[in-house]
Amino acid sequence: MSEILLQIEGLTKAYPGVVANADVSLTIRKGEVHALLGENGAGKSTLVKMIYGLVKPDSGQMVLRGAPYAPAQPRAARAAGVAMVFQHFSLFDALDVAENIALGMETPPPMRSLAQQIRQVSETYGLPLDPYRTVGELSAGERQRVEIIRCLLQSPQLLIMDEPTSVLTPQEVEILFETLRKLTAEGVAILYISHKLEEIRALCDAATILRQGRNVGTCVPAQTQARDMAEMMVGSTLHTPARGPRTMGDVLLALNNLSRPSASAFGTALKNITLSVQAGEVLGIGGVAGNGQDELLAVLSGELLTPADAVQFMGQPIGQATPQARRRLGLLCAPEERLGHAAAPDMSLVENALLTGVQRKGLASRGFLKWGAARRFAEDIIARFDVRTPGPDVAARALSGGNLQKFVIGREVMQAPKVLVVNQPTWGVDAAAAAAIRQALLDLAAGGAAVLVISQDLDELMEISDRFAALNEGRLSPAKPTTGLSVDEIGLMMGGAHGMEVAHV
Amino acid sequence: MLRLEKRPQPSRLWTYLTPVLAVVLTMLCGGLLFSFLGKDPVLAIRTIFWEPLFSEFAFYYRPQLLVKGAPLVLIAIGLSLGFKAGIWNIGAEGQYIIGALCGAGVALAFYPMEAAFIFPLMVLAGGLGGWAWAMIPAFLKVRFGTNEILVSLMLVYVAEQLLASMSLGLLKNPQGFGFPGSRNLQQYPSAHNAELIAGTGMHWGVVAALIAVIFAYVLLNRHMQGFYIRLTGDAPRAARFAGVSPTRLVLFCLGVSGALAGLAGLFEVAGPSGVVSIDFNAGYGFTAIIVAFLGRLHPVGILMAGGLMALTYVGGDIAQSKLGLPKAAIQLFQGMLLFFLLAVDLTTNYRIRLRRKEAS
Repeated sequence: MSEILLQIEGLTKAYPGVVANADVSLTIRKGEVHALLGENGAGKSTLVKMIYGLVKPDSGQMVLRGAPYAPAQPRAARAAGVAMVFQHFSLFDALDVAENIALGMETPPPMRSLAQQIRQVSETYGLPLDPYRTVGELSAGERQRVEIIRCLLQSPQLLIMDEPTSVLTPQEVEILFETLRKLTAEGVAILYISHKLEEIRALCDAATILRQGRNVGTCVPAQTQARDMAEMMVGSTLHTPARGPRTMGDVLLALNNLSRPSASAFGTALKNITLSVQAGEVLGIGGVAGNGQDELLAVLSGELLTPADAVQFMGQPIGQATPQARRRLGLLCAPEERLGHAAAPDMSLVENALLTGVQRKGLASRGFLKWGAARRFAEDIIARFDVRTPGPDVAARALSGGNLQKFVIGREVMQAPKVLVVNQPTWGVDAAAAAAIRQALLDLAAGGAAVLVISQDLDELMEISDRFAALNEGRLSPAKPTTGLSVDEIGLMMGGAHGMEVAHV
Repeated sequence: MLRLEKRPQPSRLWTYLTPVLAVVLTMLCGGLLFSFLGKDPVLAIRTIFWEPLFSEFAFYYRPQLLVKGAPLVLIAIGLSLGFKAGIWNIGAEGQYIIGALCGAGVALAFYPMEAAFIFPLMVLAGGLGGWAWAMIPAFLKVRFGTNEILVSLMLVYVAEQLLASMSLGLLKNPQGFGFPGSRNLQQYPSAHNAELIAGTGMHWGVVAALIAVIFAYVLLNRHMQGFYIRLTGDAPRAARFAGVSPTRLVLFCLGVSGALAGLAGLFEVAGPSGVVSIDFNAGYGFTAIIVAFLGRLHPVGILMAGGLMALTYVGGDIAQSKLGLPKAAIQLFQGMLLFFLLAVDLTTNYRIRLRRKEAS
């Protein structure tokens, strides 16, 4: 075994009302990829924030290379050789790659030599990147490379990566893994946060599993079943959504060669999208974030209008119909952004139930609201979808992300839609709730509804959808049956490795 | 170190407590201001808040409270609908003037005919006038994306010029010996918005204000349109998702607030004021903005805030004449009220925590 790089002992951090980390210990060795596993809210973020100096632990200690380590701020952590690639990038769209990297440095070298360094690092580690390209034009995978190179320029000894593959296509994931393997060969340790178990099994040497802020176990991923790791994460036996035999019916929703220019400068234009969903079918739409998912949902929900013929509901042109009219017909949607889009943050759950439920649930007559009926509807959603809340009068923003997601999905499912469109239905939701949501979608399809699931979670799409298509720069690939679809095919449908002519690895 | 912590939910308690706290702070700082001016602060505050209600001359001041309060409430109710949805009509003063001009114009066109239909027709003209004036910023906003704050505000000054032109020209009293100003509508029975019960200050404008309060309450709490207004204010994207048309909402909110401001102008010109004159407008349109916020954009709150603001008007007048306080000091005092309200408003959504500085 190689020497120990970072030793963490009994780290505890409590926030008002919640203990984020309780007595967590782990050991990271030089040159190893160490996985940090856990569900949302298990305390992974808090732990790495303490290592990176963003949060100060209440108790416990860290030892880095034999010396006590207590970074007061990220700058101190970086000086000690700890670097971090965040899940959400902090880059300026209007600046070029080199300028963005210079902004994150204490004492940036002259631009010319910085560009030289960037080229050198990117070649050494197989991360092709032109220092003079504007960040706004880069794909998500390329933006991530900017962040990684920014870290590598500091020659770190420990690199923390927070869910790095959530924005990548399978091909890009392979390239990233090659880079990480090169780094570990040089002795750099990597702390790798993820909940994608297969990835961890392929890449990591050791894994620490957190549940409810506690260290519940360690394992060697390559020798452990994914299912066992999942059960350690969740703490109970996992229930896999059951997928009964389904009979396909008529085409309920069809898009015919739909094109729509982007409404804003940072949006994505939809180009010649054609698709159809049948009754009883789940159509999965994958793709890296920002390739037109939000826009696709908006043209279906009626927030963006299109030529009438471009969107057809049971043969009826509805491209110009208002959101209310579409709901009355039976086309319901649940957007990705829960707070502010699917739900109003400061309004109560009753009011939020009213938000989309008013038409189909008859919650108003002649414009006058029936508060009693709205409250009953909200209570029904809370009961059936196990939404944890003190009551229906609580403001939406007081709910945790997962609970609000259950409420939002439940609100649409319980209106008995003919067609349901959901974007990222289980994003940020714990495994048990995610399984419940997927089951609800499958049940809906079994009951004869058409379900269109837009998601970036490929495992989810493979699990529940009958056919799969991918969005890439506003274009939709032809849909293929999911049974027998290989990861390589999926990757190519998603656009392969974005912005990489040659993957020189 | 003071630190602000966002509350998970807006605090109920503080929602009701902040207006009271704001009034108390205004009294304290206002008192300080008055003492710097060399006046007895206790006497000054007492004069403003106590005298109009309970002094021996209260029988004269109390009707004044209704006369001053009604237009404030009427205008503020209209403004609050837009403010809730993030649509900022700052030009109620202009809509008030145009409402008055249209209403008075109708009356003067029929002069000296006596008929029962004249007053209702004036009411209609006043409302429509205010509505039309508010439709200018509304139309420009939905058609060309202009800023309704600037356009509505600038139209106030246009309306003031129009008012001056009218009182010197078209609407000038032909028997007025060349003095500017129209005929006095108080002396034209068919057009006079007289007190409904003599000596109480109760005129049709007060009735209209009360109806507006009830209308707004029902709209916001019981009707889909009111729900959409609140939804737009809270989460514009969620409102689009629900199916609210921003265009229609802008037209509706600016239209209603313009019409109510126009009505307020009409009831004023046909009643308490009586004449169209160059200095007809007294700033109700601007003060109503304070009233709307002081009342937390809630119809009942606005009713109470209108009363309070009327009190500072009437009381301020008394303080000016009895104690010789400058008019500017009274206006400053009223401004303080809004300032403190907005400042202490923070406590509804944030908790203020005192805490030692953490090692940074």
